Amino acid sequence: MSKYVLRRILILLPVLAGISVVLFTILAMAPGDPFEELATNPNVPPEVRMNLRAKFGLDDPLPVRYVRWMVSMVRGDWGFSFVSRVDVDTLILQRLPATLAVLGSALVLAILIAVPIGTYSALRPYSIFDQVATTLAFIGFSLPTFFTGLLFILLFSIHLDWLPFIYRSDISATGWRWYWEHLRQAIMPVAVLGLFQAASMTRFMRAAVLDVIRLDYVNTARAKGLSESTTLIKHVVRNALIPVVTLVALQIPGIFGGAIVTEQIFRVPGIGSLLIASILANDTPVVMAVTFIFSCLVLASNLAADLLYAWLDPRISYR
Amino acid sequence: MAARVASTVAGKLAVAAGQPRTSLWQETARRFRRHRLAMVGSVILVALVLAVLVGPLVWRLPINDIDFKAKLKGPSWNHPLGTDDLGQDVLARMLYGGRISLAVGIAAMLIAISIGTAIGATSGFLGGAVDHTLMRITDMFLSLPGLPLLLLIVYLFRDSLRKMFGPEAGVFILIVAVIGGLRWMPVARLVRAQFLSLREKEFVESARSLGAPPIRQIVRHILPNSMGPVIVAGTIDVAAAIIAESTLSFLGLGFPPDIPTWGRILYDAKDNLDFAPHWAIFPGTAIFLTVLSINYIGDGLRDALDPRKVLGK
Repeated sequence: MSKYVLRRILILLPVLAGISVVLFTILAMAPGDPFEELATNPNVPPEVRMNLRAKFGLDDPLPVRYVRWMVSMVRGDWGFSFVSRVDVDTLILQRLPATLAVLGSALVLAILIAVPIGTYSALRPYSIFDQVATTLAFIGFSLPTFFTGLLFILLFSIHLDWLPFIYRSDISATGWRWYWEHLRQAIMPVAVLGLFQAASMTRFMRAAVLDVIRLDYVNTARAKGLSESTTLIKHVVRNALIPVVTLVALQIPGIFGGAIVTEQIFRVPGIGSLLIASILANDTPVVMAVTFIFSCLVLASNLAADLLYAWLDPRISYR
Repeated sequence: MAARVASTVAGKLAVAAGQPRTSLWQETARRFRRHRLAMVGSVILVALVLAVLVGPLVWRLPINDIDFKAKLKGPSWNHPLGTDDLGQDVLARMLYGGRISLAVGIAAMLIAISIGTAIGATSGFLGGAVDHTLMRITDMFLSLPGLPLLLLIVYLFRDSLRKMFGPEAGVFILIVAVIGGLRWMPVARLVRAQFLSLREKEFVESARSLGAPPIRQIVRHILPNSMGPVIVAGTIDVAAAIIAESTLSFLGLGFPPDIPTWGRILYDAKDNLDFAPHWAIFPGTAIFLTVLSINYIGDGLRDALDPRKVLGK
């Protein structure tokens, strides 16, 4: 098992290198000069600008600049935010927990919805339940997250006035009340993101269970007298989850996109809203670092999917 | 060629069974028509496309006619979908912006399909080291974070492209190229898989033994037969590209305010939700209906083009 984990991590390294090359190429190809302001400032002689460029190595050949950039990225030396005057890594570490909390709860919500509904749909294909679930799933993944978010705000905050639509990190209440307020403001972002994921996951789950349910080992499990629930949970669902994990892993980059939108709508102080704010404020170091972090998060979740495979299907780790 | 063989065979079988002759495409169309929701989706999509193409000619209110007396009004006879905060007619803006939204979807899909088919075909036909390298690159692109990267590229390149091609064309080219350039990977994988199996098939072998050069084998024999899954993926890609563009515009980083794509209208509307909900609901519903009908059409096409179902029905 540990050999398998090691191998998966080693496979990720070239991917990470590739992604960093793409990111660096985009940055290097981008027009604009960090010392543009100096160029237009008549008080700064051109020699000073040239010296600055040489000092920061802007005139070095591209591969040299790439290696230097990559080394400082890996060492966590991500520079200094132009706008908030803080180190970029401090800024990101402040924001990351909110993003991970929302994403994690949304994923749990999606699994809790999709696995039972998808399985039940597949057990009774083309029944009323299945048709309603399929229709809802289609509607669910055709509704873009930004529109669902607005509809939720319209319904639950404006019309019914049940939930706050602005996420606050400075809630003054203490004790139970503090937890309750946090829970209440997290409901809508988590629901928007979770329902969106649940929609496609339900479809995957239904298809996977339909593939598995007619296989011989399910009949064997029933024939040897296992109860229906044991057959379902231990034999059908566990095996059906293997392709579902693949498909969900492929969707992870899209889910991060949804997270950015949700954070922006509900003003969740996570790295997604940080990204948008920095883009609007031309804060390049933060933009680069957040994009890099999102790439790392995607890779980390791919790794998690690989580990999940090995747990679901122990044969995989022996290959 | 294979399609022709298959259709003659199917035709002969049909004649033998005493049914009228049908070509392969007629057969596919027949199966597509049996998918009720796909038909409903097609009707809705055609209606939407006609509305944005013909609508601005019929509904002639200008999209930037500012009228503060009528601002943030709900639907009325003068303004069937209400007005925005400057008193501009939401219907006129949606009809005009819808053209851009749909055009972005289709153009980005064409780019994604072209890149994906080229890479998948090269990979599947040549095999070996080329295949291995291209597939590693595809895997790497699949783990790129789409939206953050899209935002990064738009952020870095927006101004210079705007200078080069003007504000509208510049943003259009940028958005279409980037969305298409980040969505070709599934197509490449599908095409490669098709090529791997098709290039060993007898009809390709016979073409090869008759002396067809590789390019003819690909273009004339393998490619037409591997198009089924590509068509389905392309359909879904249109929906995904429309969502991507709307997301960008919704975040305020897509088209400028004078090009009211549906996402852009939502962006402008979101701060007035409490007193002008219509302003957000109509463009949002337009995006939703478009995406939903495209998804259903994709589902119908998948059923209709699935060769395993040919013999079943």
